Amino acid sequence: MVKALIGRKLEMTQLFAEDGSVVPVTVVEAGPCVVTQVKTVERDGYRALQIGFGSRKAKNVNRPMKGHLDKVGKGYFQVLKEVRVKDVSDFEIGQDLSVDVFEVGERVDVIGTSKGKGFAGTIKRWGFQRGPAAHGSKNIREPGSTGNATFPGRVIKGKKMPGQKGNKRVTVMGLKVVDVRPEQNLLLVRGAVPGAKNGIIFIRKSNRVA
Amino acid sequence: MGMNVVESIESDFMRLDIPPFRVGDTVKVHVKIREGEKERIQVFEGVVIRHHRGRMGATFTVRKVSYGVGVERIFPLHSPQLDKIEILRRGRVRRSRLYYLRSLVGKAARIREKR
Repeated sequence: MVKALIGRKLEMTQLFAEDGSVVPVTVVEAGPCVVTQVKTVERDGYRALQIGFGSRKAKNVNRPMKGHLDKVGKGYFQVLKEVRVKDVSDFEIGQDLSVDVFEVGERVDVIGTSKGKGFAGTIKRWGFQRGPAAHGSKNIREPGSTGNATFPGRVIKGKKMPGQKGNKRVTVMGLKVVDVRPEQNLLLVRGAVPGAKNGIIFIRKSNRVA
Repeated sequence: MGMNVVESIESDFMRLDIPPFRVGDTVKVHVKIREGEKERIQVFEGVVIRHHRGRMGATFTVRKVSYGVGVERIFPLHSPQLDKIEILRRGRVRRSRLYYLRSLVGKAARIREKR
């Protein structure tokens, strides 16, 4: 069994646990995914499945992709992703994977693309303190000193500086599955998940022990 | 798919049995309290001073004066811990947040009854 799916982040909400405490959850439309390719050691040098999710109009698919997906014969997918598996013998092209691979209480990792914040200064990007705003101060949002003087005579690598914030691959590990609803292909995960609403995310079983 | 899906999940948990009370009303909130294995009901009686709107996240705040000390308690509207809510008195108020009650005591802190 492969415990990985591609999905779409829908929205966050909150539910109540049995003891009345509030549980923050993210509602994820996970799957159904289709196996589009099976990679074997003999042919590809490693074992993996390529799975597809979402749909795309035929006119928006280029010819190499069309040729590849016509072999599956289940339409065109918005995203394709590879999942490593130990044994590929259980899988064949065109097989469907749905949310019921996950169980309530299980831990999952969720990978997504965070919301882009553009080119951000050190205060927003790294949480630096700001300077005084009054008394003639001119360093309100400046990054401050970037290091020492003649020795070492350079800025050390990895120094926190302004730059692109967000729009980057982010993995959140060990989120608990609160509910699985196979009729609607929904997965309810405790806590927040990277990215905007309707963003594509990848969900896999977590290796972390709870 | 979209918003309506999330709303359908929420509707499974929502409390539709809560009577429609308003800010200014005097209510008795019956709260289930678990003590080890036993469950009992505790009653919190006071004036609703705030209704925080929302879907699942909606809350309301009840204020009472207990032994001369003002006590406010915030309840999630859809909490399964709420056994029931009784409306004792409908109040006539002219604002949505009755924070001004905090600085008033005794007779001044009364709210006119709606008729």
